[in-house]
Amino acid sequence: MAIVAQSSKFSIYGRPVLAWGVGLMFFFPIFWMVLTSFKTDADAVKPENLIFFTPTLENYLNMTENYDYWRFARNSVISAVSATIFTLFVSVPAAYAMAFNPTRATKDVLMWMLSTKMLPAAAVLYPMIFLAKGIGLYDTHILVITVLSLINLPIAVWMLFTYFKEIPKDIIEAGKMDGVNTWGEIKEILVPLAWGGIASTALLVFIFCWNEAYWTVRLTTIDAATLSKLIEGNRAPEGLFFGRLSAVSTAAVGPIVVLGWFCQKQLVQGLTFGAVK
Amino acid sequence: MGRIVLDQVSKRFGDVEVIPPLDLTIEDGEFAVFVGPSGCGKSTLLRMIAGLEDLTSGNIEIDGENVTEVPPSKRGLAMVFQSYALYPHMTVRKNIGFPLRMEKMEQAEIDKRVETAAQSLNLVDYLDRKPGQLSGGQRQRVAIGRAIVRDPSAFLFDEPLSNLDAALRVGMRLEISEMHERMRTTMIYVTHDQVEAMTMANKIVVLQAGRIEQVGSPLDLYHKPQNVFVAGFIGSPKMNIFSGPEAEKHGAHTIGIRPEHTDVSMTEGTWEGRVGVAEHLGSDTFIHVHDTGLADMVTVRITGDISVKHGDKIFLTPRADQIHRFDAQGQRIA
Repeated sequence: MAIVAQSSKFSIYGRPVLAWGVGLMFFFPIFWMVLTSFKTDADAVKPENLIFFTPTLENYLNMTENYDYWRFARNSVISAVSATIFTLFVSVPAAYAMAFNPTRATKDVLMWMLSTKMLPAAAVLYPMIFLAKGIGLYDTHILVITVLSLINLPIAVWMLFTYFKEIPKDIIEAGKMDGVNTWGEIKEILVPLAWGGIASTALLVFIFCWNEAYWTVRLTTIDAATLSKLIEGNRAPEGLFFGRLSAVSTAAVGPIVVLGWFCQKQLVQGLTFGAVK
Repeated sequence: MGRIVLDQVSKRFGDVEVIPPLDLTIEDGEFAVFVGPSGCGKSTLLRMIAGLEDLTSGNIEIDGENVTEVPPSKRGLAMVFQSYALYPHMTVRKNIGFPLRMEKMEQAEIDKRVETAAQSLNLVDYLDRKPGQLSGGQRQRVAIGRAIVRDPSAFLFDEPLSNLDAALRVGMRLEISEMHERMRTTMIYVTHDQVEAMTMANKIVVLQAGRIEQVGSPLDLYHKPQNVFVAGFIGSPKMNIFSGPEAEKHGAHTIGIRPEHTDVSMTEGTWEGRVGVAEHLGSDTFIHVHDTGLADMVTVRITGDISVKHGDKIFLTPRADQIHRFDAQGQRIA
């Protein structure tokens, strides 16, 4: 009983404080970034203007006029959306096959897929660049979409596999008896039943694709460059322009933060699925 | 039409032989029940007929056509699962109509058939509900409805009543039997409950460890069990079975006598024992007798009521023409 009493005291006072503390800690950099984006580059580095300053939209106007923000944004949308669709197109059937028609190798295949995430990206960077240039795909949408899909496939398959495992096998078998073929099983039964899981997987993959920088920065120059590249490009050689950099960063992460905000429930469910039941 | 022939059908899971090669014929219009203890392979056998499980060897024919390599959806069979396996995201109407929609039938015809099925199963008021809003019995009806709309050549039932409570189970048992009488379509029904088997079947297939122990009508199995296993499995309360000197007196290794084929007296009889527990059901009385020297316990069943209590001395006399005799291998001696 003592344990219960202790934990309830903690849950009344401790937990909210802890939660707010952690929350603010995570939120602060974003808050600071947004705040700085409204300062001039000069104000951004002056200690006396830390909190109080004259807000300006100069950085934002500058960005759209000088750096062609909309082109980078369009590229980000094209690559993230296409990569998400492609990833789902491959991972849904893959997870379906492994969840409902497992073989002895299924577990090994799943582990192998996960193991590719443990490979340091730097190890394959130069082969990738040479390969991309060799076949003439460097700085193209196709390359970015392919790479983004490949790096996210393991996560997508794993997430969907866990969701599909929750669907009783009987229902799929009833479908077989009712005259459904494999594609019909996926379309008529699996997708409607696992809709929540597929949506959270899609959302997560989309966020990962949008935020991906390591590959997009290195495999693109102009034509297929995404917002990550825009941020990178503002790390100007003549020094850091914090105001400008903050504005670019805010504009780059803004859409995804808004999207995440509206889909919080789905996201949390997706990330904790299987862990808590 | 629905004549189903299993020819040297067997199943292995890795190194484990679940079903050694077996032959079985189910005639068109028959109500066949696969019965046996859990793990005897009865569900596996049904799933093999359905096509949900591959055969390790042998062939399955439906109406003279070899369907061994035919996928489940093309075998013309309908199945009712123990878990009902309804589509939770569809209404009852959609659930029942689903197999027809998969056949690309016209919507008007689907609606008509669903309506007819719903009427015969008392589901008309629930057509627009989802399975989650139905009771267990109603869900089972929907599962049956989904099976009957297709007008299949045979119905497969995989322990369909085991998730229902006792009262509902008896009701559904009758409904399924009535349905068979009306439709005269082949049905294969899997259960571990010998009462279900006895009351519903034309033909009972008793399975143990993947082997067929006996095939016959309910009364065949009751009156002429081919071996000790069937003798003990069919009938309630269970047949009393014992070996030893008493069996040798009858020229057998083992003998069996059903509880209802033993006469009871308080004064004289063949065997003497003491009453352990007497169960008074009103219509019948089951007396469990100890200290007979035959077995730990001998059960007798008497029609009507009899007043005996724990510890009473009691005499039992088996009816000579009802004694079943078995040899050392457990096979029936004619």
